[in-house]
Amino acid sequence: MTLILPRLVARERASLSMMIIAPFAALALAAFANFTLYLTLDVDPSAVFYALLIEPFTSWYAFSEVLLKTGPLLLIAQGLAIGFRAKVFNIGAEGQFILGAICASAIPVYAPQASGIWIWPSMLLLGALGGGAWAAITSFWRVRLNANEILVSLMLSLVAVQLLNYLLLGPWKDPMGFNFPQSVMFQYDAMVPTLLPGTRVNISLLFAVGLSLAAWVFMQRSFIGFKLQVGGLAPRAAAYAGFSQGGAIWMSLLIGGCAAGFAGAAEVAGPIGQLQRSISTGYGYAAIIVAYLGGLHPIGILLSSFFMAALYIGGDTAMVSADLPIAGVRVFQGSLLLSYLILATFVRHRLDWPRPSAEIKP
Amino acid sequence: MTAPLLSLRDVSKSYGQVHANRGVNLDVASHSIHAILGENGAGKSTLMKLIYGVEKPDSGQIMWQGKQLHLNAPGDARQLGIGMVFQHFSLFETLTVVENVSLVVPGDKKDLAQRITVLGAEFGLDVDPMAHVHTLSVGERQRVEIIRCLLTNPKLLILDEPTSVLPPQSVNRLFETLRKLAADGVSILFISHKLEEIRAICDHATILRAGQVVGNVDPRLHDASALATMMIGHDVPAPLAAKPISTGNKHLELIAVDHIHDDPFSVPLKQINLQVRAGEILGIAGVSGNGQSELAALISGEARLHGSEKQRIMMMSRDVTHLNPAARRHLGFAFVPEDRLGQGAVPEMSLTKNSLLTAHSKGLVRHGLIRMRQATAFAKACIATQDVRTPDEHAEAGALSGGNLQKFIIGREMMLAPKLLFVNQPTWGVDIGAATAIRQQLIALRNDGCAILVISEELDELFEVSDHIQVLNHGRLSARFKTVDTKPEEIGLHMIATGDAA
Repeated sequence: MTLILPRLVARERASLSMMIIAPFAALALAAFANFTLYLTLDVDPSAVFYALLIEPFTSWYAFSEVLLKTGPLLLIAQGLAIGFRAKVFNIGAEGQFILGAICASAIPVYAPQASGIWIWPSMLLLGALGGGAWAAITSFWRVRLNANEILVSLMLSLVAVQLLNYLLLGPWKDPMGFNFPQSVMFQYDAMVPTLLPGTRVNISLLFAVGLSLAAWVFMQRSFIGFKLQVGGLAPRAAAYAGFSQGGAIWMSLLIGGCAAGFAGAAEVAGPIGQLQRSISTGYGYAAIIVAYLGGLHPIGILLSSFFMAALYIGGDTAMVSADLPIAGVRVFQGSLLLSYLILATFVRHRLDWPRPSAEIKP
Repeated sequence: MTAPLLSLRDVSKSYGQVHANRGVNLDVASHSIHAILGENGAGKSTLMKLIYGVEKPDSGQIMWQGKQLHLNAPGDARQLGIGMVFQHFSLFETLTVVENVSLVVPGDKKDLAQRITVLGAEFGLDVDPMAHVHTLSVGERQRVEIIRCLLTNPKLLILDEPTSVLPPQSVNRLFETLRKLAADGVSILFISHKLEEIRAICDHATILRAGQVVGNVDPRLHDASALATMMIGHDVPAPLAAKPISTGNKHLELIAVDHIHDDPFSVPLKQINLQVRAGEILGIAGVSGNGQSELAALISGEARLHGSEKQRIMMMSRDVTHLNPAARRHLGFAFVPEDRLGQGAVPEMSLTKNSLLTAHSKGLVRHGLIRMRQATAFAKACIATQDVRTPDEHAEAGALSGGNLQKFIIGREMMLAPKLLFVNQPTWGVDIGAATAIRQQLIALRNDGCAILVISEELDELFEVSDHIQVLNHGRLSARFKTVDTKPEEIGLHMIATGDAA
């Protein structure tokens, strides 16, 4: 008895239903894999899943925290997705996020007494510029020397962390801060206005939603977005049409960098209120998962960022209520991306079960 | 009487709404060279895929030596002794020739390389076994495919338009090979649009039209125009009368171009001089792999000249040596590349989106935004004027057959109303009906004052459309021949001349 294995056959066109089903099926697959993991870890799976998937929606406070986390994830993922569609793989959003936070903090650090309505918008702008500038280093070397943007952007993230450490341990350390590695607390005018009274949700969430709409128009309707997609799908067709490859790399990385930098600025000028070491809990990396779970589509990312934010909040609760180790949340995120990438194969392919092939043996 | 080697009974296959094959019956006898004739989209390629196990029929039976056959994969077919050379090649670009061959043919690589060289010399299929496939031209890749098939000692060899990239002299040698193979007991399924070739070599022809068999004839008993009529269902229109050769402005001029591409396997171009005037068609003949792709990239702007000041590329009397493809298009240049899928069109995008690739300047973009209605209208017009066989303009380019996609791309570039049109292999893999239409359009465009440069390996085609012909051989361009004063044999000699003789 020979084992009959199915074949992977290319579909004639991408399957729309599979495109929609894939993220949900990925969730089910990841949940199942983690379920078995929890059993071996002696953690109560029902408690974990309750904490991860239900608890974030059981109280207004928890829900508002989900919205708060959605902001940076949404901003970063929308920016990254544009680059990913052009097959420019910016993996260094974490570093661009940190640079955005640093640049935004420069205003309250050097002008702690300043007041006026101009401060927080300038900080957000400066943050976006900082993130963009950090990403520009990557695109410069990619265009100039064809240095791999995955490696350069990823390593620059580590550099960014060290730059942050240097500032917090040296020149930007709060002199009244009992030697803690953190900056001064920002003044009131350096804080982004709150959106929902009584919560920490601020108006950067509106910017994130606005960016999503802009990204949708950009990718669906704009000619530049079209050029980026052609460059990603068929580089030789882009060369034939005369679309500049260098331009696409710059555009992709700058959009991703500015969005991540903006998110970093909104984080220090929002819920955190000062520059400190733990400004990012891996948003830059989680946003990669968000972008792919959302099918690199602006509308899909809107949903996936919300889901991933809930997972963050749920993960925090699960650590307390279900005794889940801190790595458990990361494992869940990682297995989710892996499941999705496997299932995404079936958007353009299908399995074909062969008929028994006994007759053809010569 | 013994059972035929291969027979198909009532075989059907549909893709979505398109019936590629409907109730096809086919019998291929041993020792036979059997032609499959049909227009683009008539279902020839699909039929071959069913026989080779790439696709499975929706209904009907395939019999091999009288026994019913269920093929799950090409591997099953190869095991039985069915070999196939595809129209779209199935080679790994990053591997060498011998590595590609060794994926299918067992054996030591050194030994295989030897056999490739010997076989290549025997059949005029010269190719360097150590060259990487991505450095090879389309013509050379096809040679690799044919060699690879022959090395598996097949009982049935399927050739999808095998002669389209061979010079006349090599075609005759290939035919001798095929006859030898047939005499040895290998049956051959021969797909071609070249009716004269089918009449010269095939003993049987099955004619397909719109997925159905419309005739089974002995092609030697019919003349080419009768076969063409059976194939397309009506008479072939007579070629357009060309206007006398014009002496308009030079719209393309290459002056003393020497070029060595970065790729070590590429053919260096030496002292290329050519000019094309408005209202003139210049044909570049030659076996592919003699510098055609390098020359094409230089003219389109995908590769740029570096070095000496003396080399110049002029378009519309402007120096474009250092301009990129977009800037050259802006001057009124349009280009149909040799490779349709991945260069001339994005496979995963709809025909509408593929219109935007080069036609964006025709009012399809405003304020940086795509005007979908205009783009759709453009694609629709292109599909209609070129008779592209597709469900609609939303179809992905990758879902079209090679010939249909070529019609779409040529139509798109012609709709740009170019001053200078450059077409690389205009009718490769395109059937006679569509090829005739494309050639007529080229001549009509020329008569309207467009300067046209055509690179083609089909001499008949160049003689049909060109005012002048030059031959590219070993990276050098021959003198300019006036088409009416020369003969294919003379051009053929230049095509196969060795070394510096050209």
